[in-house]
Amino acid sequence: MMFSGIFTTSKKAVRNVAIVGLAILLVANYADLLGHHLFTIDVHKMLYFDTFGLLGNSIAFGSTLLYVLLSGRDMERVGNNLAEYFALIFFVLCGVAIITTFNTLLMLFLGIEIISIPLYILTGSDKRNLKSNEAALKYFLMGSFSTGLMLLGITFLYGASPTGTFFIDDLWSGKGVSPVFMAGLLLLLVSMAFKVSAAPFHFWTPDVYDGAPTVFTSFMATIVKVSIFVGFVRLFDEAFGESRERWQIFVAIITAATLFIGNVTAVFQQSVKRMLAYSSIAQAGFMLLALLALNGVAKEGIILYAAAYSIATIGIFAILIRMKDYTFEGFNGLARQQPVLAATCTIFLLSLAGIPLTGGFFAKYYMLSSVVATGHFLWLVIFSVLCAAVSVYYYFRVIQAMYFKEGDGTTETEPGAGFKGLLVVLAAIVVILGVCPQSLLSQLTKIIYTW
Amino acid sequence: MIPVLLIFIPLVTGLIGFLLKSEKTARGWALLSSLVTLVVALTGAGVAGGGVAGGANPMLHADVAWLPDLGSRFAVGLDGLSLILSLLTAISFPLIFIATWRDQYKRAWNFYALMLLSQAGLLGVFLAQDALLFYFFWELALIPVYFLCSQWGGERRIAATFKFFVYTFLGSLLMLVGIIWLYFHTADHSFSMASFYDVHNHIPNSDQTWVFWLLFIAFAIKMPIWPLHTWQPDTYEQSPTAVTMVLSAIMVKMGLFGVIRWLAPVLPIGTWAWGDTVSTACIIGMIYASLVAMKQDDLKRLLAYSSIAHVGLMALAIFATDSTGMQGVMIQMFNHGINILGMWIVVDLIERQFGTRKISELGGLAKTAPGLAILLVIVALGNVALPLTNGFVGEFLLFTGVFTSTATAYSLVFTVVAAVTIILGAIYTLNMIQRVFYGPVNGLTSRAVDISLNEKVVLSVIVVLIVFIGIYPGPVLAMTKEFSEFILTRMAYK
Repeated sequence: MMFSGIFTTSKKAVRNVAIVGLAILLVANYADLLGHHLFTIDVHKMLYFDTFGLLGNSIAFGSTLLYVLLSGRDMERVGNNLAEYFALIFFVLCGVAIITTFNTLLMLFLGIEIISIPLYILTGSDKRNLKSNEAALKYFLMGSFSTGLMLLGITFLYGASPTGTFFIDDLWSGKGVSPVFMAGLLLLLVSMAFKVSAAPFHFWTPDVYDGAPTVFTSFMATIVKVSIFVGFVRLFDEAFGESRERWQIFVAIITAATLFIGNVTAVFQQSVKRMLAYSSIAQAGFMLLALLALNGVAKEGIILYAAAYSIATIGIFAILIRMKDYTFEGFNGLARQQPVLAATCTIFLLSLAGIPLTGGFFAKYYMLSSVVATGHFLWLVIFSVLCAAVSVYYYFRVIQAMYFKEGDGTTETEPGAGFKGLLVVLAAIVVILGVCPQSLLSQLTKIIYTW
Repeated sequence: MIPVLLIFIPLVTGLIGFLLKSEKTARGWALLSSLVTLVVALTGAGVAGGGVAGGANPMLHADVAWLPDLGSRFAVGLDGLSLILSLLTAISFPLIFIATWRDQYKRAWNFYALMLLSQAGLLGVFLAQDALLFYFFWELALIPVYFLCSQWGGERRIAATFKFFVYTFLGSLLMLVGIIWLYFHTADHSFSMASFYDVHNHIPNSDQTWVFWLLFIAFAIKMPIWPLHTWQPDTYEQSPTAVTMVLSAIMVKMGLFGVIRWLAPVLPIGTWAWGDTVSTACIIGMIYASLVAMKQDDLKRLLAYSSIAHVGLMALAIFATDSTGMQGVMIQMFNHGINILGMWIVVDLIERQFGTRKISELGGLAKTAPGLAILLVIVALGNVALPLTNGFVGEFLLFTGVFTSTATAYSLVFTVVAAVTIILGAIYTLNMIQRVFYGPVNGLTSRAVDISLNEKVVLSVIVVLIVFIGIYPGPVLAMTKEFSEFILTRMAYK
C-alpha cells in the first residue's frame, strides 16, 4: 500500500487498491474464522487467533472497508498525500490485528504502539491548520506518557510472575495478589483506560477528536477505539486469574466516571463534532461494563457493541464531513434538503441512543445484562441507565434540528447516489442487528462458551 | 395467526404509507388499513367467544423462535385482557381517522404512516407474551408518537414532547433493567410469560420489593400516576388532536396493562407490600387532578387532568386486588378509551370551528349546534359515570372492588376519598358543558355550524357503544371474567 503512491499519481487508483486490499483482508479473516487457513506463519505463540479476536478483526476490517467506501473521497481534501494516509491506516490495521489476538504482553505493547504512531501523524495531517497541529502534539505527548506507564506496568507484571514471563496465561501465580502484581495491573488498567478515553484519563479526547481532520476522527473514534477495547477485554479476561475481586472496584469507578462525564459534558456542546467526541467517551463507559462483568455475555456483547457502535458512528461522521456547518444549527432543516441523509442519520443516532429496533439497543442490552448476570454492581447498571437517558438529550437534538426546526442546513456538495446508497445499506445493517442480532451472535455463542 | 395479523397489518401498511406521496391517498390508505385491522380484531373476538383464557387455539396464538440464545421468542396471543385492549385499539384508530378527516397536515403521508406504526406498537404491547418482545413494542409505540408530536404539534411542541420522551424513556430503561434482572432469576432463563409468572417462587420476598419499583416507575409514568404526571398536560395540549386521542385513549392504558400483565402476577409480594403506598399516591393524584381540572380554562388541559383522575381510580382498583375490581379495571380501560375519544372529537371540532379552546371564549353552542350538544352531553355523562352509561358499569365495579378489598386495611378510606373525586368530576364536566353549550351566544359562537356527516358517524358509534355497554354489559363481563380470576390466582389471592 505504501508504495502505491510511487507507481501511480491517480487518486482513484490508490483508493481502489485500498478497497481491494481491505476486501481481501476481510475475506481471509472470515475464512480463518470458518476454519480454512489460507496460510500459516509460526508466531511462536505470540499471537493466538481465537474466535473472539478474529471476530474483532472482522469488525475492524469490515468497518474500515465501509469507512473507506464512504469517506475515502473526503481524505483527498485533507492534503495531497492520499497514498500515505492509506498506508498509515493500514499500519493501524496491522496494530489492530495484533492487539485483538495478542498472547503476550510484548505483543500488546507492540500493537498499541503500531496503532498510536500512525494516529499521531494522521491527527496532524492537516498541516496548515493550527488546531490539527495542537491536537497532534497533545495527543503525542499524552500518548507517549501513557505508553510509558504501560511499559512500567508490564515490567512489574513480568517481575511478579512466578516464572518471569510475558505470556498472559502464565502471569497469574495462583497464590494471591502481591503488591507488585497489583501495581503492574493498575498501571496497565490506567494506560489502557487512557487509550479508550475512559475518565479520568479522557482529557485528550475532545481536543484531539475536534482538532483532527474529521475523516480521521471518524477512524479514531470507531475502529481504533473498539479494537483496543477488544484487546482490553482480552487482557483482563485471560491474564489476571483470580485477582478479579481486587480490581473490579477500580473498573466500576472508572466506568461510572466515564459515563457521567461523557454524557453530562456532551449535553453542553454546541458543535456536533465535539458532541460526538464526548458521546464516544460515554459509549466507552458502556463498553467498560463488559470489562467489569467479563463473562460469556460480556464477550458477545462487546463484539456486538463494537459492530453497532462503529457502523453508526462511521455513518454519522460520513454525513458530518459533508456538512457546511458543524454546529447543531447547521443541521436545521436538513430533512427537507437531504431526506435520505437525514433519515439514515436518524437511524444511526437512535442506535447510539440505544432505542430498540436498532443494533445499539441489543448492544446496550448485552452490556447491562452481562453485569446483572454477575449479581453485583446493580447500582452501576441503574446509574448507566440514567446516563443513557441523558444521552437521549444530545442525540435527539440533532434529530430535532434536522426534522423539526426551520433552516437551510445543507451539505457542501450534493452527495452522490453511491454515497446515499451506502448510507442506506449501513442503516439497514443497523436495523438488522436490532431485529435479529442472531446473525452475528450465533457464531459467537457456540465458541465463546467453550472457550 | 390473528395476533400476528393484528401487528403486521398496521406495521406493513405503515411502512408502505411513507411512500405514498399524496395526502388523499395516504388518508384513504390509513383508513383502509385500520378498518382491515378492526375486522381482524372482531374476528379474533368472534373466535375467542366466551372462553379466552385457557385454550390453545392456534388462531389466537403464535409462537416462533426469535432470539433462541437469549431465551426470547416471538410469542403473541389473545386472552381476555389483550382482547379487550386490542379491540379498543382497533376500534379507536378508524374512528380517529374519520373524525380528523378534515385536519390538514404538511407531508400527510408521513403523518399517517407514523400513526399506523404507533398502532402496530400498541397492538404489539397488548399481544406480546414474552417480556423482551413486550419491551420492544413498548418502545416501538413511543418513537412514532414522539415524531408525530414534535412534527405536527403546537407552538411549544418540541420542549413538551421532549419532556414526554425523556420521562418515558427513562422509565422504560429502568423497566429493562428490571426485566433483565428477573430474566436471570427465572428457572429456565427465558423471557416467556410462563417463566416470568413463575419467577416469584425463585426470588426472596425482599428482592421483590425493590424490583417492583424498577418496573412500576415505567408503568406509573405512562399512566400517569401522581407525582410522575407532569409531562402529560403539556404533551396533550401541544400534540395534534389525532395524536392526543391516541395518547389518552390508548397509550395511558399501556401503563395499566403493564401492571396487570407484567407486574402484579410476576411480583405478587412486591405488589402487595407497596399496595398502600401506590394507592395513596393514586388518591392524592385523583384529588389533585380533579381540583386542577376545575380551574382549567383550556379544554385540552381540562381533559388531560380529568384523564389523570380516571386513570388513578383504575390503578387504585388494580392494587385493591379484588376480582370484581380487576374486571372493572379491564372494562373501564375500554370505556374510558371510548369516552375520552368522544370528548377529544368534540374538542377538535370546537377548535377547528372557532380557533380557540378557551372555555371562557365560548358559550351558547347548544342553540347554534344542537346535534353536537346532544352527542357531547351523552359522552360527558358516560365520562362522569351516570347510570345507563358504560362509565357507570365500570366505576361501579371499581368501587365495589376497592371497597371489598382484602389487600388493604384502608379500603373504606380509599373508597370514600375516591368517591369524592367522582363528585368533583361531575362538577367540572357539567360546568364545562354549561359554559360551552349554554349561556349567551357570543360573536364567536354565533357563526357556528352543526357537525358534519363524518363527525356524526363517529360520535354516533361512540354513543351507541356507551349506551350499549351501559345497558347490557354482559358480553364484556364474560370476556374479562376468566382472565381476572386467572390473574388473581397468579397473585395468590385465590
